[in-house]
Amino acid sequence: MIDTQAARTVIEAVGVTKQFGEQQVVRHVSFTVPRGQCFGLLGPNGAGKTTTIKMILGQSPLTAGELNVFGRRLPQHASAVRARIGVVPQEDDLDPDFTIAENLRVYGSYFGLEGRRLDARITDLLAFASLADRAGARVDELSGGMKRRLTIARALINDPDLVVLDEPTTGLDPQVRHMIWARLRDLKQSGKTLLLTTHYMEEAERLCDDLLIIDHGAIIAQGSPAALIREHVEPEVLELRGADRNFEVLLRKDADCRMETVGDTVYCYTHDSRPLTELLQGMPELSFLHRPANLEDVFLNITGRDLRE
Amino acid sequence: MDLRVPRIRPRALKVWRRNILVWRKLITPSLLINFGEPFLYLLGLGFGLGVFIGDMAGLPYLTFLASGIVASSAMNTASFEGMYSVYTRMVPQRTYGSMLATPLDVDDIIAGEMLWCATKSTISAAAILLVASLLGAVLSYAAVLVVPIAFVIGLCFAGPAIVMSAFSKSYDFFNYYFTLFITPMFILCGVFYPIDSLPAALQSFVQVLPLTHAVALVRPLVADQVLVDTGLHLGVLLIYAAVSYYLAVILVRRRLIV
Repeated sequence: MIDTQAARTVIEAVGVTKQFGEQQVVRHVSFTVPRGQCFGLLGPNGAGKTTTIKMILGQSPLTAGELNVFGRRLPQHASAVRARIGVVPQEDDLDPDFTIAENLRVYGSYFGLEGRRLDARITDLLAFASLADRAGARVDELSGGMKRRLTIARALINDPDLVVLDEPTTGLDPQVRHMIWARLRDLKQSGKTLLLTTHYMEEAERLCDDLLIIDHGAIIAQGSPAALIREHVEPEVLELRGADRNFEVLLRKDADCRMETVGDTVYCYTHDSRPLTELLQGMPELSFLHRPANLEDVFLNITGRDLRE
Repeated sequence: MDLRVPRIRPRALKVWRRNILVWRKLITPSLLINFGEPFLYLLGLGFGLGVFIGDMAGLPYLTFLASGIVASSAMNTASFEGMYSVYTRMVPQRTYGSMLATPLDVDDIIAGEMLWCATKSTISAAAILLVASLLGAVLSYAAVLVVPIAFVIGLCFAGPAIVMSAFSKSYDFFNYYFTLFITPMFILCGVFYPIDSLPAALQSFVQVLPLTHAVALVRPLVADQVLVDTGLHLGVLLIYAAVSYYLAVILVRRRLIV
C-alpha cells in the first residue's frame, strides 16, 4: 500500500454534529486519528463520548458534518468499515446462551470467519485473555474481570485495524486493570489503532498518545497528556488536609499558588513549591501531599468540579 | 427515519445459525413442547369432541382439527419467537447491539430472525403432522407439502410479531397482540369449524386474515382434497411476510440506530 496521508489516517471527523430533538449532544467535533495511535476521548458523563463512538461505528447517523473511517464515509459504508473494527462496548453484551469459546466462534461467524482459521484464532485469543482453561465455561459463571477480558478477546476476532474501547476498565479491580492496560499496549505495539473513552485519567495518561477532552458535546482541549498538563495546570500540586480559615488566609498571602478548596482539602497549584513546603514543615498538625500535576488536575480544571449525571 | 428498502444478503444466515445453535442446546424441552401440546389438543379435542361431532365438512373431525392445528401452531410458534425471544435478544440481552458492531446490519438481523421463526414453525408443524399421522388423521401423502408451507406461514406471522417487539417497552405489551390478533384468528379462521358457517359479514372479514389462508392451504393437503386458489393463498401469506419484514426493519432501525 502507498503510504499516503489518506492511508495513514484511520478516523477523520470534520464538524461532526449530533442532535436529538432540540438537544445537541455532539457539536462540530473535528479530529484526526492517525494509524497506530492510541487516541483518547475524555469527558464527564453525558459529554457525548458514547454518541461519538456510535457514529464512528455507523450505529448513529450524523446530523451534520462528515465522518470517514479507513477513508470510507459513514454511516453509508458502516458494514464494510465495521468489518475492520473491533468493539469493546461499555456495557456487557456477551451472549449468555453460549460458552466462552462459543461466544468467540459465533461472533467470528458474523465476520464470515469459520473453520480451522477461526479455531486457531480462538485458541490464540483465549491465551491472550488468560481464559484458555475456561473455554467451556458459561458466561454467567465468569467474574466481571473475566467477562471484560472475553469482550476484549471477542473484539479481536476479526484481527481489526482499529479497536474501539468504550470505558474498558470501569468497575474492575486493580489487578485486572493493569493486565488490560498491558494487553492494550501489546495491541498498540502490534500496530493497531486504538480509540479509547475513559473517565479514569490515570488510564488515559498511561495509554493515550493524543486525546480530546469533550464536555457538553464540544471539544474543550486536545493534545498529548504531557502537553495538556503543561498547558492547563501548574506543574506541582500540594494537597492539604485539616487547614482552617486562618491558615488559608496565611497561604494566600505568603505562598505563590493558585488555590482551590474542596470539602476539607485545599489544593495548591504552583510553579515552585519550595516556599510552601518550607512553611508547612513548621506545621506538623497539617497533613499534606506533594505530587506532580496530572491529567486529572487538567480535567477538573477545565471541566469544573460540578457533579454530572 | 431510515426508510431505505432493506437488502437481503446471505449473511442473514449467520443470525439464523446462531439461533439454531442455541436451540440445539435446549432441544429436549423444545421438542417435548412441540410434540406434547398438539398431542394434547388432538387427543383431547379430536377424540373427546370428535365423538359428538363425527364428521365436519365431510371430514373426520380429527382430520379437520389436525389440519387446523398445524396451521395455527405454525402461527403461534412464529409469533412467540418473534415477540418474546426477539425482544429478549433485542433489549435485555443486547444481542443485536453486539451484532451491530460487526458487518451485520438491521436488515440482516431481521431477515435472519424471520427465517429462524419460520424454521421453528416448520419444526412444530412437522411434529404435529407426525402425531396426527400416528393417530390416523392424515389422509394423504401430499401432506408432506405442508412442511414447506409451514415455513411460509411462519414467515407471514414472524414479521408482525417482530414489529410488535420493535414497539414494545416490556413483555406485557405482547398480551395485547395475542388478545387482539392471535386469539381471534385462532377462533375465527377455520381451525375448529369451516368459515362458511360464520355470518356473511364475518366471512368476508376473515378473508383478510392470514390464518384463513394458511388453513386453506394446509387442510386439503392433509385431507386428500383438491387444493384451490393456491396462488391467492400463498400470495396473501407472502405479502404479509414482505410488508411486515419491511416495517420491522424500519422500526428496529428506529429503535437501535439512533
